[in-house]
Amino acid sequence: MLKGRHIIESTDLSLEELESLFQLAERIVEAPQRFSDRGRGKILATLFYEPSTRTRFSFEAAMLRLGGQVIGFSEPGSSSAAKGESIGDTIRTVGCYADAAVMRHPKEGAPRLASKFSSIPVINAGDGGHQHPTQTLTDLLTIRRLKGDISNKTIGLCGDLMFGRTVHSLVNALAQYDNLHFVFISPPELTIPPYILEELGSNTYEQTNDLEAVMGKLDILYMTRIQRERFFNEEEYLRLKGYYILDAEKMELAKEDMIVMHPLPRVDEIAPEVDRDPRAVYFQQAKFGMYIRMALIMELLGLGGE
Amino acid sequence: MLNINGIKRGIVIDHIKPGLGFKIFRELKLDEVDYTTALIKNAPSDKLGTKDLIKIDNEIDLDLDVLGLIDPDLTICIIENEQVVKKIKLALPKAVTGILQCKNPRCITSVEPHVETTFLLVDAATKAYKCEYCNSRTSL
Repeated sequence: MLKGRHIIESTDLSLEELESLFQLAERIVEAPQRFSDRGRGKILATLFYEPSTRTRFSFEAAMLRLGGQVIGFSEPGSSSAAKGESIGDTIRTVGCYADAAVMRHPKEGAPRLASKFSSIPVINAGDGGHQHPTQTLTDLLTIRRLKGDISNKTIGLCGDLMFGRTVHSLVNALAQYDNLHFVFISPPELTIPPYILEELGSNTYEQTNDLEAVMGKLDILYMTRIQRERFFNEEEYLRLKGYYILDAEKMELAKEDMIVMHPLPRVDEIAPEVDRDPRAVYFQQAKFGMYIRMALIMELLGLGGE
Repeated sequence: MLNINGIKRGIVIDHIKPGLGFKIFRELKLDEVDYTTALIKNAPSDKLGTKDLIKIDNEIDLDLDVLGLIDPDLTICIIENEQVVKKIKLALPKAVTGILQCKNPRCITSVEPHVETTFLLVDAATKAYKCEYCNSRTSL
């Protein structure tokens, strides 16, 4: 039972809780209209201290499709944060108006801090380079829907593995599953932090900077963007941003049933020609993201799974 | 060996790693008190070879978390009537609040006012802690 809980890190949910959430999400995927009234009378607050289009739209669409309503801000300049209000004060005030709050913040740990003061569930919608648990739920649901189950896979993660919060969240959550082999593909300057590797449990991993060399062994390729906003140095960003470009030629090296995922937005790490390949599932993934958020909102607000 | 008089009622902090005695002495602000204290450096020790030692001729409250962070291997002896009545072995605290600062410039604790940091022990062998907020590691 997730009612009243905060979702701050991808490991906040046990395997049983994840399974229950996925089952609800799959029921929503099959017949979304059956759930169009579950959120009636409820309000979701979206507190976005950093620009975001798809995550905010995904949450807002999820709440609206449940029949609920949304309040919030999409940049701190239009909120009381611009006047210097603390996160604790903001969330306590928002708790007077809304039933749950979604927070994106450029500083790592901000949603955790908010949760300490909050009377309503706080959902982390991305905090700096740290965590992005609902993207992880999206990714896990996508793997489950398109690959049958989550265990027993070789999963390649490619791009910015140092600052990429989606990667950190996803790997942490995947580590709970069995018999996975991770292939971490990154430039030497953007390798995955050691503390993530320490928490892989019984799963195995390898690290490389050569995407082509490992394409053939992957069941899933998770591409990520080199994020300009994580660099203090523009020159360093420009040097690294074109490091990996997935194109049709590289896709020929992959298994026929491999899937390519991406948290979006992409810049140039996946060539547009790949979009025509049926193994490119990133737009389906975005849709699953809305469905899993509908399921999560229902669970956190106790809106009934049946 | 240098002879320091025993104490009637108070505390002896024993088995301090050589060199850390002065840090603990200052951390406990013993350089500012008006009762009898003694800091003994590099005393011979069967266990450690040499050790530092602090004698405090008074009952004071000790912050065991702070002491554990500085030297988790020291021993605290409570003295009554010149006898050791209790020995406390320290360990690294599981959580440390309000003492360590997060070094991650992207951590919320670097900008948000009035936030008390909390660090959680992740590996006692390497004395590694992680920030409760951003998970960044820090070693003592």
